Amino acid sequence: MVASEIRALFAVASRPEIVSLAGGSPFVSALPLDAVGDMVGSLIASRGHDALQYCAAVGDPTLREQICEVMALEGITAHPDEVVVTVGSQQALDLVTRIFVDPGDVVLAEAPSYVGALGAFAAYQADVVHIAMDESGLIPEALAAAIGRLTAEGRRIKFLYTVPTYHNPAGVTMAESRRLEVLRVCERAGLLVVEDNPYGLLGFDGDPMRPLRARTRDGVVYLGSFSKTIAAGLRVGWAVAPPGVRDKLVLAAESAVLCPASFAQLTVREYLSTQPWREQIKAFRELYRARRDAMLAALAATMPAGCDWTRPAGGFFVWLRLPEGIDSKAMLPRAVSARVAYVPGTGFFADGSGGGHARLSYSLPHPDQITEGVRRLAGVIDAELALREEFGPVQRRGD
Amino acid sequence: MTELDYVVVLAGGLSPEREISLRSGEQVCGALSEVGVQAVLADTDSTLLSRLRSDPPSAVFPVIHGAPGEDGSVREVLGLLGAPYVGSRPAACRMAFDKSAAKVLAAAAGLCTPAAVTLPRETFHDLGATAVIDLIIGRLGVPLFVKPSRGGSALGASAAHSAADLATAIVGCFGYGDTALIERLVSGTEIAVGVIDLGDGPRALPPVEIVAPGGTYDYAARYTAGETEFYAPARLPAATAEEVARVAVTAHTALGLRDISRTDLIVDAAGAVHFLEVNVAPGMTSTSTLPMAMRAASLDPGSCYAALLQRAADRER
Repeated sequence: MVASEIRALFAVASRPEIVSLAGGSPFVSALPLDAVGDMVGSLIASRGHDALQYCAAVGDPTLREQICEVMALEGITAHPDEVVVTVGSQQALDLVTRIFVDPGDVVLAEAPSYVGALGAFAAYQADVVHIAMDESGLIPEALAAAIGRLTAEGRRIKFLYTVPTYHNPAGVTMAESRRLEVLRVCERAGLLVVEDNPYGLLGFDGDPMRPLRARTRDGVVYLGSFSKTIAAGLRVGWAVAPPGVRDKLVLAAESAVLCPASFAQLTVREYLSTQPWREQIKAFRELYRARRDAMLAALAATMPAGCDWTRPAGGFFVWLRLPEGIDSKAMLPRAVSARVAYVPGTGFFADGSGGGHARLSYSLPHPDQITEGVRRLAGVIDAELALREEFGPVQRRGD
Repeated sequence: MTELDYVVVLAGGLSPEREISLRSGEQVCGALSEVGVQAVLADTDSTLLSRLRSDPPSAVFPVIHGAPGEDGSVREVLGLLGAPYVGSRPAACRMAFDKSAAKVLAAAAGLCTPAAVTLPRETFHDLGATAVIDLIIGRLGVPLFVKPSRGGSALGASAAHSAADLATAIVGCFGYGDTALIERLVSGTEIAVGVIDLGDGPRALPPVEIVAPGGTYDYAARYTAGETEFYAPARLPAATAEEVARVAVTAHTALGLRDISRTDLIVDAAGAVHFLEVNVAPGMTSTSTLPMAMRAASLDPGSCYAALLQRAADRER
């Protein structure tokens, strides 16, 4: 691992003096912690022999049934046998990549894409090709064109990785009209879709969007997670996959971790059985909606001309476009000096481009802190603009 | 002699060098505990003063890198508290932390240091960046090396080989400070020399030679284990080794430093030694050169830190 300046700056950003709009951590303090504590205590007292024991690599059978009930809220019909419980959906992503990707294979991903996915793809030496998005998500025509070009070049494309709903980091959602079209394009090309949907139940307006997996059983590996709807620290996620893929996932999971943590699985199972989890998700939605509103209001009030940003209908993130010539990575130390932090856009592109953008998260800070953080950031961008005016356009480091 | 009761190792802070400082602090604490000194790691936050007041330590070892630790401000506050501490006094820290001031003092002490200019951001704003950059290149030529006048760990530091490079380097430098030190880049062997005073006057530790990947000893090269090759002692002719030791002790003395410092130098192809900068809170991480130099001198780092703390405690009596 290489020591990086960015990580050094994030070490400072963890201090309370800094308003961090960087991390994407859920606000777990909103959970009824006393009730959860009591629940965990009685779980150990009554079922400690199971909770502290090994289990099957595929995951706890009751939990897999419950996962199907959770997915049904978004319109997904799945059988528990199709579900593999994983250590967060990140492990599912790692296992899928391990199963499918050989060094040099192409993985298609949105531009920008989730940094954790890019890390997994890089670990297996995949060649990530980014596909353009707009405010309505992945552009099917761009996807088709990329597939055509890569196929003509003789490249081996293994799958499309997409976060269609409340995208991390872009904060946009794939339009209803595009969902079927994306599936059609991939089906025509015989291409697997890996749909990552950690935020689907955290929409602010109306009913949840129907995931891609709700429209087809075949051709989609679906990744879900309790990290945002219950607690990230439990590290319980899952994959839903067609039978052939599912069997390979179980074998790969077994070799990686033997089995997911029984204690965490039974905690989730107990939580879903005994706690008002649907109401808690509603409470999370209201909380994140207020924070999203605070961020959008602050951005509108303070950002200098030349900035633009997405207006998320759910999830945790706003994707901020900076004025021409500003490099979010180079600006980060100045921002941290001004006691605000964000994630430079460069982290969300496999080739390190994206310096013209920044990801802002509103999930963790209080609305007042969000307002103050955005105000500080606007000041930093103003100062950056003045610097660029003085020195003219400068070469981005690493370009 | 005072018996050390317990000591506080100050690490962290709010500078971009926080992570490195914490790593240094953990190493110092670990080394002290190996020699039987109870060491507590503490950050510079709003609880620090009440903690030091309510349970005064025998002495404090500040290993805060970056502005609050190296510019003397933390030590000034420790002085106000009457807490004994290891290292230089605030006024000396201020001079050492300002690289341009340190270069002036080093030059006045007869040391050779690369030609340089030090300019605040306002100068570029008021007079026009392009015109000032042209002037700099006209006078100093290229290649140049740009770094924040006050800062460390190579953050915001980079080389420039053209006017366009220089603009980029200065903008990058202003990420970590408002004043840029722009000096003529001297190629050669990169050397770090620790100076330690355990009561018998400042003495140089064996010089450490730094061979960074691609010749750039940047942040990643400094703090990624295995990234950089180190030779302790440096592969220098005996006369040059003596000269780098003399330069480091001279810099330590000329700047009025106390207890411990690290001087960074370049030995050029002709064997001439060029002073670059001196650090009053040198890195103590597992990849830092000062602990390496101690071991090369057959000194145990933990015993050295304990001796420095003992000296600090005795000083205040």
